[in-house]
Amino acid sequence: MSDTALRTARPRSTRTLPGWIGLAVVAFWLLVALFAPLITPHPPAAILRLGMLSPASAAAPFGTDFLGRDMLSRVIYGARYTVGLALLATVFASTIGSVLGILAAVSGGWTDAGLSRSADALISIPHLMFALVIVAALGSSLPVLVGLIAFSYVPGAFRIARSLAANVNAMDFIQVARARGEGTPYIVLHEILPNIMLPVLTDFGLRFVFAVLLLSSLSFLGLGIQPPNADWGALVRENIDGIYDAAPAVIAPAIAIATLTIAVNMMIDGLGGRRLRARLER
Amino acid sequence: MSALLQVQGLCIAARNATGAEVDIVHDVSFSAEKGEVVALIGESGSGKTTTALALLGYARPGCRIRAGVIRVGGVDARRLPADAIADFRGRRVSYIAQSAAASFNPAHRLIDQVIEGSLVRGQLSSAAARAKAVELFAALALPDPEGIGHRYPHQVSGGQLQRVMAAMALMTDPELVVLDEPTTALDVTTQVEVLRAFRRVVHELGTTAVYVSHDLAVVAQMADQIVVLRGGRMQEQGRTGQILTDPHNAYTRMLLDAVPGSHTIAAETHTSAAQPVLEAEGLAASYGRNGGVPALRDVGLKVLPGEVLGVIGESGSGKSTLARVLTGLLPAHAGTIRLGGTVLAPAAAQRTRAQLQAVQIVFQMADTALNPAHTVGQLIARPLAFYHGMDSTAQKRRVAELLDMVRLPADLAGRLPADLSGGQKQRINLARALAAKPSLLICDEVTSALDTVVAAAVLDLLADLRRQLGLAMIFISHDLATIRSIADDVMIMYAGRPVQTGSRAALARGPIHPYAELLAESVPELQQGWLDGLRPPRVALGRAEQRQAAARQLASDGCPFFSRCDVRTEGVCDTAPPPNHALSTGAVIRCVRSEAELARAQGVQ
Repeated sequence: MSDTALRTARPRSTRTLPGWIGLAVVAFWLLVALFAPLITPHPPAAILRLGMLSPASAAAPFGTDFLGRDMLSRVIYGARYTVGLALLATVFASTIGSVLGILAAVSGGWTDAGLSRSADALISIPHLMFALVIVAALGSSLPVLVGLIAFSYVPGAFRIARSLAANVNAMDFIQVARARGEGTPYIVLHEILPNIMLPVLTDFGLRFVFAVLLLSSLSFLGLGIQPPNADWGALVRENIDGIYDAAPAVIAPAIAIATLTIAVNMMIDGLGGRRLRARLER
Repeated sequence: MSALLQVQGLCIAARNATGAEVDIVHDVSFSAEKGEVVALIGESGSGKTTTALALLGYARPGCRIRAGVIRVGGVDARRLPADAIADFRGRRVSYIAQSAAASFNPAHRLIDQVIEGSLVRGQLSSAAARAKAVELFAALALPDPEGIGHRYPHQVSGGQLQRVMAAMALMTDPELVVLDEPTTALDVTTQVEVLRAFRRVVHELGTTAVYVSHDLAVVAQMADQIVVLRGGRMQEQGRTGQILTDPHNAYTRMLLDAVPGSHTIAAETHTSAAQPVLEAEGLAASYGRNGGVPALRDVGLKVLPGEVLGVIGESGSGKSTLARVLTGLLPAHAGTIRLGGTVLAPAAAQRTRAQLQAVQIVFQMADTALNPAHTVGQLIARPLAFYHGMDSTAQKRRVAELLDMVRLPADLAGRLPADLSGGQKQRINLARALAAKPSLLICDEVTSALDTVVAAAVLDLLADLRRQLGLAMIFISHDLATIRSIADDVMIMYAGRPVQTGSRAALARGPIHPYAELLAESVPELQQGWLDGLRPPRVALGRAEQRQAAARQLASDGCPFFSRCDVRTEGVCDTAPPPNHALSTGAVIRCVRSEAELARAQGVQ
C-alpha cells in the first residue's frame, strides 16, 4: 500500500497543553490535601460568627455551611478524603482489575473461566447494596471504605482489561515472547500492559468519577465519612438546602469535584496518551 | 481517434507533519487506447494506488488532486459535479481492490452485492442483473456459475472471491477497470487461474484496464504498456516488451534485477557428514481439542549445520504450523524433535532455556511481531538479558553490533517500530532472533510482505549472515523462486504432509512430484506471453468435488493431491496412501508413480 507518505503526514504532538493543565490541577489538589492543616484559615469544625449559609466574604471566601462553619476550610479538608480515599480506591481497583484481566486473557482455559465468571457474579451485585451490607457488618472506617470501593470497581476494570488484552494476546509478538520462554508475569506486565495502557487509563478516569460518587452516596446515607468530617460529595449533600439561597457552600465543593475529575481525565488524555495515541492511531 | 484514458500532469498533494501540502504524486501522465491494459508498477509508497484511485476522481482523506487532467472517454473526472461523480465511478470506471475478503460484506450473499451497483443506478432489473452476473461468473471461469452467487463470502476461496469481485466491477460495463494488486494475496497456483480469467475477460469485452502491481512478472502477462513509478514520480513509460528487455531507466533495471530467481545466493558447500542441528521424525499436530483439525501428519526433516532447508507449499499446507511445532508453540502430539542429538519436549514451556535459545523464529509480519510499545533497543536487548544475562552497558554495545549486522544505523535503537519502514522492521525482527545466538533460525515467510527490491535485500542479508555465522536455517515460503535462490534442500508440503524432500538440484533437474511440477509452472516468468503459453487449466472443480477433495485430504488414506493431479490413477491413488520412494536424484517423493513414469509425463531426459 502506498500510504507511507500519509503516515508521516499526520501531526503528532498537539495534546500537550490540556495535559499539562490537567496535571497541574491534580498536583494542586494533591498538595492541598497533603498540607491541609497548614493552609486552612479556620479549623474545619469551628463555627464562625457569620451565620449559616452565608455568602462569600473576606473572612470566609466560600461562605459558611449549614452550621456556620468556614466552607473553604471544609473543602480543603474534604480534599483529603476525596482525593486520598477515592483516588486510592480507584488506583487499587484499576490495578488489580487490569492485572487480573490481562492474566485471564493470557492464561485462557480454567484460569480465564474462573476469573471471568467470578467477575460476572460480582458485577451483578448493586454497588450501593453491597456497600451497605459490608459497612453494616464491619463498621465504617477509612480502610473499609477504600477496600469497599476498590472491590466494587475491580470487576468492571477486569472486564475492560480482559477484552483489550485478548486482542493484544493474538499478536505475533506474544508468540515471539512465548517462543523465547518468557514467563506469564513478563508477558502480562511488559508485553501486554504497555499496549493497553491508554484505554485502561481512560477507564481509570471514568471509574474515579464513579468512586467519588459512590463515596458521596455512602456519606449521604451516613455510612461514609463520619461527621464532623466530610468529603466533597458529603459537603454538597449536607449543604443542599443552600441551593435556594444561592449559597456558595453548595457550589464550592461541586466545583472542586468537577475540577478534579475533569483534570484527571485531561491529564490522562493528554500526557499518558500522547505516545500511546501516536502508536494506536497508526 | 483520441485515447480512452488520458492522464496528464497529475499531481496529488497530502498534508505532512507540519501541516504543509506536499505532492505525493508528481506530474504523472499516461494514456490508454480502448482495450489496452496499462500497468502501474512500483514499491510501497510509490504512489501507484494513489494514482489509480485518482482515476476514479477519488483522493483518500488528507489528500487532494491538486493539478492535472483525468479524462475517461472524454469526461473530465475532475470537473464533474458531486452528484455526477457517483455515476461516473460506477458506469465509466470501476475498481477491483487488493483484498476481496475485506471488500465484501460478510453478512450478505455474493449475488446481492454483485448486482447492487446496477440496481442502485437503475440500469437493469433485478432479474436481468442476476442473469448478467451469472454470465460474468461463467466468463470468469468460476465453478457453478448459477449457484456460487448464493453463497456468502466466507464460503468461497480467496481466488474465487477475487473473481466475484471482478464480476461486480464489470456488471455496469465500465469503460475502464482499475485493478489494484488483485492477485498479490493469492497463492501462485490460484494466481494463475485468476490472471487467466482476468485476461480472457479483458480480451473478450474489450475493456480498458489499469493494472496496479509490484510484480513485474505478473504485469508482463497482463499489460500492453508499463508505467514505472517511484516516490510518486514517473521513472519510465513504454511498451511492455521494451521495458522488460530494454529498460532505459536505472530504477527499472533495479526492479528487474530484484525479481527472485534472477540470481542465486545460496552457498554451494555441503557438509553432509556432520551431525544435524535439528532432526524431526513423524511429527503430527492438530488445532482444536482432541485432535480436532489435523494440520500436520508424519513430517520428518533434517537440517545440517550451515545449511538452509526450504519449506514450500500453498496456504493451508501446514508450513507455518511446522514452524510452530518446531518452536514448541503448538506442541506436536506425535513424533520426536531432536536438537543436536537430544530430544526436545513438545511444548516450549517444558524446554530448557538453552534449548529455546538454540532455535529462534522470525515471523512473517514484522508489524505484529514487534511489540509497538518497545523501542528497537529494548526489543533487541531482551534476548540478550534473557538468555545471556548481559548488563545494560554490554546490552547497548551488542545492540549496536546487531543493528550493524542487519545493516541498520545504530541510532535506530531509540525509535519505536511505528517509525520504521517495512524492510527496517523485518531487519529488527531478524536482529532480535540473532541476538539469542541461535544455532537454527526458522524464517516464516520473512520476505512475503516486503516489496521486491526490499525482499531481495533481506534475502541477500540472510545469505550473508549464513556465510558469516554458519547459521542453519529453515526458510518457509510460498514462493518457489525465493526458495530456489536461498535453500540447499527443499521440502514441498501439501495438506500437512511433505510430498517431496530433496536437494535444490534434484528439484531443478526432475523428475519431480506432480504437485511440485504444478507449483513450478505456476510461478510467473518475466516474459510476455508466458501465461498464454501455459497448458490449459486442469479440470475446474465443482463444489461437490471440492468438498470431496477436502474430505479426502483429512482422511488418512488416499493421496491428498489426487483431485488436482495430472497423472492420477482412479482406484489406486484415492484408496491407499501413496508410498515414499527415492529417486535417482536423491529426492524422496510420496507418489505411486515410478521415476520413469514421472520423467515421461514431465518430459525429463
